[in-house]
Amino acid sequence: MMNVRGGTLPPVFFQRLWRAVLLGLAVCFSPVQAADLPDALQSALEDLAGRDKVLRLEAVERIANSGTEESEALLQVILSGELYHWKPEDRFVRGEKDGRKFILYALEDGAELATVGRREAKKVSINNTLRGAVKSALATLDLIAPDPAKRLAGVRAQFAALAVPVERIDALLESESDTAVRDSLVTLRAMTLVSDETASGEPLMTAIAALGNSTEPGALTPLKGRFERSDDDAEKSALSSAIKAFESRQARFGMVKQVFFGLSLGSILVLAAIGLAITFGVMGVINMAHGELIMLGAYTTWAMQQLLPGQPGVALLLAIPMGFMVSASVGMVMERFAISKLYGRPLETLLLTFGFSLILQQAVRTFISARNVAVSNPSWMSGSLELHPMLSLTMNRVVIMFFCLAVFAVLWWVMQRTRFGLQLRAVTQHREMARCVGVRSRRIDTLTFGLGAGLAGLAGVALSQLGNVGPNLGQAWIVDSFLVVVFGGVGNLWGTLIGGLGIGVATKLIEPWSGAVLAKVLLLVAVILFIQRRPRGLFPPSGRSAGDN
Amino acid sequence: MNRYLSAVLADRMGVVLLTVLLVSAVWVPIASLVLPASHPLHMGSYSVALWGKYLCFGLLALSLDMVWGKLGILSLGHGVFFGLGGYVMGMYLMRQVGDRGVYGDPILPDFMVFLNWDELPWYWFGFDHAWIAFPLILIVPGLLAYVFGALAFRSRVTGVYLSIITQAMTYAVMLAFFRNELGFGGNNGLTGFFDILGYDLREDVTRAALFSATALSLAGCYVLCRCLFATRLGLLCTAVRDAESRVRFLGYRTDRVKLSVFVLSAAIAGLAGALYVPQVGIINPGEFSPLNSIEIVIWVALGGRGTLWGAVVGAVVVNVAKTQFTGWLPEGWLFMLGGLFVLTTLYLPRGLAMLVPKRVSGS
Repeated sequence: MMNVRGGTLPPVFFQRLWRAVLLGLAVCFSPVQAADLPDALQSALEDLAGRDKVLRLEAVERIANSGTEESEALLQVILSGELYHWKPEDRFVRGEKDGRKFILYALEDGAELATVGRREAKKVSINNTLRGAVKSALATLDLIAPDPAKRLAGVRAQFAALAVPVERIDALLESESDTAVRDSLVTLRAMTLVSDETASGEPLMTAIAALGNSTEPGALTPLKGRFERSDDDAEKSALSSAIKAFESRQARFGMVKQVFFGLSLGSILVLAAIGLAITFGVMGVINMAHGELIMLGAYTTWAMQQLLPGQPGVALLLAIPMGFMVSASVGMVMERFAISKLYGRPLETLLLTFGFSLILQQAVRTFISARNVAVSNPSWMSGSLELHPMLSLTMNRVVIMFFCLAVFAVLWWVMQRTRFGLQLRAVTQHREMARCVGVRSRRIDTLTFGLGAGLAGLAGVALSQLGNVGPNLGQAWIVDSFLVVVFGGVGNLWGTLIGGLGIGVATKLIEPWSGAVLAKVLLLVAVILFIQRRPRGLFPPSGRSAGDN
Repeated sequence: MNRYLSAVLADRMGVVLLTVLLVSAVWVPIASLVLPASHPLHMGSYSVALWGKYLCFGLLALSLDMVWGKLGILSLGHGVFFGLGGYVMGMYLMRQVGDRGVYGDPILPDFMVFLNWDELPWYWFGFDHAWIAFPLILIVPGLLAYVFGALAFRSRVTGVYLSIITQAMTYAVMLAFFRNELGFGGNNGLTGFFDILGYDLREDVTRAALFSATALSLAGCYVLCRCLFATRLGLLCTAVRDAESRVRFLGYRTDRVKLSVFVLSAAIAGLAGALYVPQVGIINPGEFSPLNSIEIVIWVALGGRGTLWGAVVGAVVVNVAKTQFTGWLPEGWLFMLGGLFVLTTLYLPRGLAMLVPKRVSGS
């Protein structure tokens, strides 16, 4: 075999390989300069090494404005005080002190050049003035980066310090072609002007108006600052109307944001409650172990991530079916061996399932850990989604909102469009009749409970991405889940969806003025009062299945 | 009177319970104060307080059995009444501390000094007087039960829905009491008490007296319940439990029946809480947690609901087991408790009361 394979490679191949190796060695060990610094940088460094203070300052600016790729690294070297002049070669290098010797590296590619004695290398020292100049030059370096995204970030980084002179911004504006960067530059210019005490007249008024219409969150600080200091009436009125315009827009976006947070909380509530809407709402089993089934889903995510280290995303995706199956099987075992003996005695099932919840909790404490375990977010769930400069939404919440909708859609499809869903509805509406037409009601009961439990597992997978995963995870959600189901109307999936989202949005809308805990208390009281008005929830069941006594 | 006496005597297990309570109300002070420490029957102050705590739980279980066993209302929020009674007592005890607190403020409790409060909130006034504070032990929980019950029963919220909103109620109260702004000590609750009615809480005499008071209260409340259920109202309760609609159709105001018993039960739960606090020395919002309220249900279920004495037995048995188990095998307790729930509901649907033969219990 080896012969055959060796024979297929022509001798030319080896010749080329040999040449390539030789060339590589030559590059690595050649003492010649591989690539010179651009002339502009070279001459600036010569000035920097000189004694003339003005020339030295100018040299820093020349390096920053050279537009070369090396300028940033070069400025970093200068700032760290590692720039040396290698006298015998008359060359600028980066040096590291090693005892009494210096190891010199090329500035261009970082290759090690030589180890020399003290006399051969002279440090290009910098003072505080220069250090400041280098720092601000480094900060503005991104402003002229070739990549528009980097330029945009560079401009934004300037919003706080406002250290770039207006003239420089004007120069940048002339050459800028990217609209997003242009907009940011215009904002930066206006902010700089407004915070500049010497600015006045028409340009200042335009700048104030521009800031009033700006979407940049930082625009308010210079406006307010100037309003505090200003004593010119015309200026003050312009400033106050700009501040008002800005704040009202900010409040509008704040509102949108709160609604989003509310929908996010609501979708989590829906996820947590949807399984209960099946077990409690449809089957009438008060499943106090629902919270622990959620917890099992979250722990499944953790287990999958332990099994697939370094692949949190894949593990999370696999955890979705696994979490469903783990919780569903635990649920089905519970139903088969215990709950099924107690149908028609809802209050007893409450006690029974509460017993299961204690056992499951303690099992996790004993066999895994009493402490929280760490579940990591995959990259596509961390960070935030910026819809607008004033409105950015955390990615994991956005993903979970869509996950909730997807789960709901699939569940609806299962309930309305599959044979199992049809049998399930038949059994809950009229068990005897369903049995008469050949539905195996016992089997359907077990499967239905499994479906509800599995949905709890899915909720756990989602919750693992939002907060701590620990043995008490489930308890935190059980009261909320029951409230959502009861509020929405037992036995009604749409009620659960609307109820959950409604409670979520209402909580977040009253939170800004009441605080988180009080908002929750108020909501609980509101739901309790609501139940008094409509004892059967938002969408009460009707007809034969209502079961009035 | 004869009717009531025979109602009490008819339940033989109840009579046994009453006897045990009355005997222990006398015996425990003797065992703890008179017998020397070397005597095998001597009771240390720790175990006196511990048994006092069990009896408080027994009283709480009795109050729940009144509404669950006799009226069919499963309250998952009875802990809220217990906790409120406890807080009223805690406020009284807090005001008795006077200037002996860590900060030595003669008026403000320590936590208020710590939070930089300038003066006592209005709802703390009067709590330094026992004649104001002690009636409030019954009134505050009763009032909450009245408002809640009046709303819920009139709108005919029943069954599972009622259970869930009682749970929501205790959850809401817990969240509210966790807030420092409410003025009840936030999540640390009220603690650091010194004396009650002028007697030092750490003295053996006080502890023995508190134990006897608890045992007598429990005996008294048991007799009260037995008598109550021997009246016309008691009969109505059973009727409401078994077929509420029919009772309503017969022209009875079932909401009023339920409300009156619910309020009485809440007041008894408040009394249990008030007796509990001086014996354990602390009350905090954890008492309001929904989990605690569910545990009460378990005691009643294990003991046998609807029997009244069973509830007391269940509470004592579960709590003794809890103390023993958490001592030996802390890991095992929740498994044990969980297993107890599962086995009780599956195999002892009427609780431990099932194990007592009919000719013994007499009912």
